[in-house]
Amino acid sequence: MLTLESLTKTFFAGEASEVRALEDVELTIGDGDFVTVIGSNGAGKSTLLKAIVGLVRPEAGRILLDGRDITSDPVHRRAGWFGRIAQDPNDSTCAGMTIEENLAMASKRGRVRGLRRAVTPVLRENFRAALKETGLGLEGRLETRMGLLSGGQRQTIALLMATLANPRLLLLDEHLAALDPKTAELVMGLTDRLVRERRLTTLMITHNMADAIRWGSRLVMMHRGRIIFEAAGAAKAALTVEGLVRKFHEAGHRDLADDRLLLS
Amino acid sequence: MNIVQTLIGNTFEQGLLFAFLGLGVLLTFRFFRFPDLTAEGSYPLGGAVAAALLVAGVNPFAATFAAALAGALAGIVTALVHTRLRINAIIAGIIVMTAVYTVNLRVMGRANTPLLTTPSVFGDIVAALNAFGLPLRESVVANIAILAVFVAVVAAAMAAFLRTDLGLAVRATGENETMIKALGVDTDWTKMVGLGLSNFLIALSGALVAQNHGFADIGMGIGILVTGAAAVLIGEAIFADRTIGVWIFAAIVGVLIYRLLVVLALYVGLQPIDLKLITAVLLLLALALPRFRHRLRFG
Ligand SMILES: Nc1ncnc2c1ncn2[C@@H]1O[C@H](COP(=O)(O)OP(=O)(O)OP(=O)(O)O)[C@@H](O)[C@H]1O
Ligand SMILES: [Mg+2]
Repeated sequence: MLTLESLTKTFFAGEASEVRALEDVELTIGDGDFVTVIGSNGAGKSTLLKAIVGLVRPEAGRILLDGRDITSDPVHRRAGWFGRIAQDPNDSTCAGMTIEENLAMASKRGRVRGLRRAVTPVLRENFRAALKETGLGLEGRLETRMGLLSGGQRQTIALLMATLANPRLLLLDEHLAALDPKTAELVMGLTDRLVRERRLTTLMITHNMADAIRWGSRLVMMHRGRIIFEAAGAAKAALTVEGLVRKFHEAGHRDLADDRLLLS
Repeated sequence: MNIVQTLIGNTFEQGLLFAFLGLGVLLTFRFFRFPDLTAEGSYPLGGAVAAALLVAGVNPFAATFAAALAGALAGIVTALVHTRLRINAIIAGIIVMTAVYTVNLRVMGRANTPLLTTPSVFGDIVAALNAFGLPLRESVVANIAILAVFVAVVAAAMAAFLRTDLGLAVRATGENETMIKALGVDTDWTKMVGLGLSNFLIALSGALVAQNHGFADIGMGIGILVTGAAAVLIGEAIFADRTIGVWIFAAIVGVLIYRLLVVLALYVGLQPIDLKLITAVLLLLALALPRFRHRLRFG
């Protein structure tokens, strides 16, 4: 479905501060795949997602969607295919607009926006039902402004927004990172349910190795702009947190001690 | 009429004329979060186009609508300069404002066009109502009634628009451009819609003011953006709720209060030449007051 061909992105090219955020990244994602992506800070994970949606222009390589080259399409023209939750929770919603307005905008993903009323009674009922299923008790607060919600509530709405219009590919950038363990568990459960119910092809970045192993059908490890390890199916199921940490080590990761601390 | 009636009449008549300006500035200043200086050009542009067309014998309604469209065009040019040439939106507004100054002089052919003998929308509506048997005379009260209806219709239309799919996209463009792009909206387009609509309303104010005052003047737009911003901020300071309906209502109330304060300032002896200073002080107060109140409450 989505193919990345030797995707390369360098920030500050030619300068002393040159950063190779993506280097010859090759990745093929098939319909129905659920890929988890792990990698240390600055490995290029977010840049990879941004390149897919068009926020970052790679200087080399191609992005193919169902065989069509979309590498140079502007963000808004490929938006219909992708639902993405950004790493920064503030980026995925409009704080000054209400819950139902945010959801209504997302429900028109990739479609022409005309002069019809955005929040119709039918839509409102759909939103209420979808919110009820999240178990956060937000179904009665459709007209609450987004900015007044907690981080977890906002991320849940962002998740609904990303999945509402059934994107071809769901892109999650550490969408649980800012949540407390209990809320994270809840939102991950909801993510998994939405992905299975709607058979969404998904790419999920996480720093939680246990999550990366537990969820999804494939696992990808990035390091310094490269994909250094992949596992799928039984091989993925057999992975352990310790094993993954060792992989980081093998890749020459120096902050192993720190990582062990973080991951323990 | 006694003095109170005169004050109230003046406040409402001039305030309602400025209501469209307030709504236009609300769109850019609040929803797009930048002071769009195109206003300083599109407001007198509205006056100039209306004046030129009225002098040429065009129907007042057509002239007023054409004037508003000219304003929209100025806003669209600003949007294009900003999006296509990637020039800062404020600078783009200044460039268009400067260019429009010459356009205004060209349109009118001179710096001031008197409109005392030409028909106006106000006169035409009164005449039409008379034809229906309503014994109305052209007066301040009649103007206020006409403007009140007109403002209500435009405000309702604007509120409805801002709740449509396109309206939501326009609002989101100002608030979180990356997000709305990621939902498939071409923000070059929504910026054009927003700036076009804003300057449509601002030029509408200019066209109506020219007809009400009986002249269009090349200098009528000086400081107009500050006036609009002051009105929007005064409205905001009063209403805490932030729904679309309240935003719009607050902008209109803000304009009226701004106008009342100006009328009172003139009444206590300040001169028309002091107006810009009064406006600047009002804007300053409107900006500083919420912060001051905040400090009183929590400090
Ligand atoms: N817009 C940018 N300009 C310059 N450098 C950038 C930019 N975006 C990312 N980088 C750099 O590219 C590298 C990869 O960044 P990226 O955000 O993709 O990392 P990440 O894997 O998502 O890390 P994290 O786990 O901390 O989110 C980093 O070194 C970062 O500093
Ligand atoms: Mg990241």
